[in-house]
Amino acid sequence: MGGRGDTREAIARIAGVEAAGSLTYQTVEAEHAGRKLRLYVIGFEPTRPGGPPDLVAGRHIARSHYEMVADQASGLTLGARLRLGRSDFTVVGLTRNQVASGGDPATFITLLDAQKLQFDLAPPAARVQIARGGGGASRDTINAVVARLQSGTAPDTVAEAVRRWKHLSAITQDGQESILTQSLVDRARRQIGLFTSLLLIVSAVIIALIIYTMTMEKLKQIATLKLIGAPDRTIIGMIVQQALALGLIGFTIGATLIFNIKDYFPRRVVLEPDNVLALAGIVLVVCLLSSGLGVRAALKVDPATALGG
Amino acid sequence: MAVAPRESDATAAEKPRAPTQQSAPLVQAVAISKHFGEGETRVDALREVSIDVNPGEVVALLGPSGSGKTTLLNVIGCILDPSAGSLSLDGELVIENGRWLRGNLRQLRLEKIGFIFQFHNLIPFLDATDNVALVRQLAGADAAASRARAIELLDYLEVGHRRASMPAKLSGGEAQRVAIARALANRPRIILADEPTAALDSKRASIVMDLLRKVALEQQAAIIAVTHDDKIFDRFDRIYNLRDGRLDAVEAMPGIGGRRTGL
Repeated sequence: MGGRGDTREAIARIAGVEAAGSLTYQTVEAEHAGRKLRLYVIGFEPTRPGGPPDLVAGRHIARSHYEMVADQASGLTLGARLRLGRSDFTVVGLTRNQVASGGDPATFITLLDAQKLQFDLAPPAARVQIARGGGGASRDTINAVVARLQSGTAPDTVAEAVRRWKHLSAITQDGQESILTQSLVDRARRQIGLFTSLLLIVSAVIIALIIYTMTMEKLKQIATLKLIGAPDRTIIGMIVQQALALGLIGFTIGATLIFNIKDYFPRRVVLEPDNVLALAGIVLVVCLLSSGLGVRAALKVDPATALGG
Repeated sequence: MAVAPRESDATAAEKPRAPTQQSAPLVQAVAISKHFGEGETRVDALREVSIDVNPGEVVALLGPSGSGKTTLLNVIGCILDPSAGSLSLDGELVIENGRWLRGNLRQLRLEKIGFIFQFHNLIPFLDATDNVALVRQLAGADAAASRARAIELLDYLEVGHRRASMPAKLSGGEAQRVAIARALANRPRIILADEPTAALDSKRASIVMDLLRKVALEQQAAIIAVTHDDKIFDRFDRIYNLRDGRLDAVEAMPGIGGRRTGL
């Protein structure tokens, strides 16, 4: 999308639009404190829509150049200096939970800086062409315009107007969330779901083997219980209790780990109470199924084996 | 001491007698036979074995390996179907012509029989009291009453001071006393013991036998023990000597039991 001012102004003049701001997006690798950082750099126009949301520390960008707002997930702290392209940026503010769909922490710089950064990071030959003013390329390029609507305005109406009259692709907030959840997040969810399923199957096999082994070690005790008159349901209950105890211990450790370390991983994981309950239910079922092997072995035990050394 | 076969006793013991409700014996096994397999693979584990055990008696089943003593104990303990014969336990005819007259053998064992094992077989994750109380609870008693009964029995068997101990912390003699308490939990009048002193030294074996005799006399119970321990032969009222599935001899002992019963 070329000509940030033209496009943004064109959008801002559409009925129902309160304000519009130009944005650029690029993924940049930088080095800081001896380690590689992969950042999702958003260029925005200060005072216009598209900037960082509420900060958890520091302030918003106040200067036109070389200031940056970074997400905590990047590991950057207030006052940290980071070289991007050919310029050094100072972190003046911090956000929380602002990551790209790929898990890269978001950083915000001014649109002018971002456009210069795009130029700095372009291949040398292209850069030379642009510097010469050739090739039809310009530094003044943007990736998107974000618009804030007046209250009471239907987003779909504005989006339709943009498509029809400006010949631009327009996506509402809901549409964008839908694309994100139905494509990127959904794919990731399916992938994680596959891994989770595999892990649950492996866990079921392991629990089954543990319960079976524990049952085999207790054959004499089971035979004794049967001999002194314990009904099968008592013995089954004991084995199922063991399996459930294993599941409960595993689930508690797993859930505690997840809740305590998930923020240290790049992708943001949202665990709703419903998800946790569903997982607990699945673990319960897995444990019940896994105890089947042990129960089968226990039911086959002849009480007579309790007698005789 | 040597156990010599006595023709007259063996003949009398092997003679089939029909159990009756008037019979005084708590255990009356009549012509019990048990075979495994058929045809060329048939093994006769028991051949028309008959024994009577009266209230207050402690008797032993003796014999070499494969003689049928454990098979007989299993039949009397209601865990093995006999091929033929009849069995009365505490006045109730439970097997007639090799067929069980009761469907629920588990309940039958719970009501009428207490078991004592060679290696005590206590449940390792329950303390002494709970091991004993478990049997009462299986019979339907509530937890408080079961524990009260367990404590009473542990005190009775002079092991009350270890009521909170786990089996692993008990000595062999203490563990066997807890096992005896467990066998008595439901007030059975028939106690079956499988090598109850085999894992104990002479002193502890003697203490356990004293306790079994005490239980037999004071609870008017019939105790049948399988044993190889010749140090305790004189502590039995009678010894049933089995060989190749047959009752080879019935030896009335001249010791405590023999004097008491006048045999």
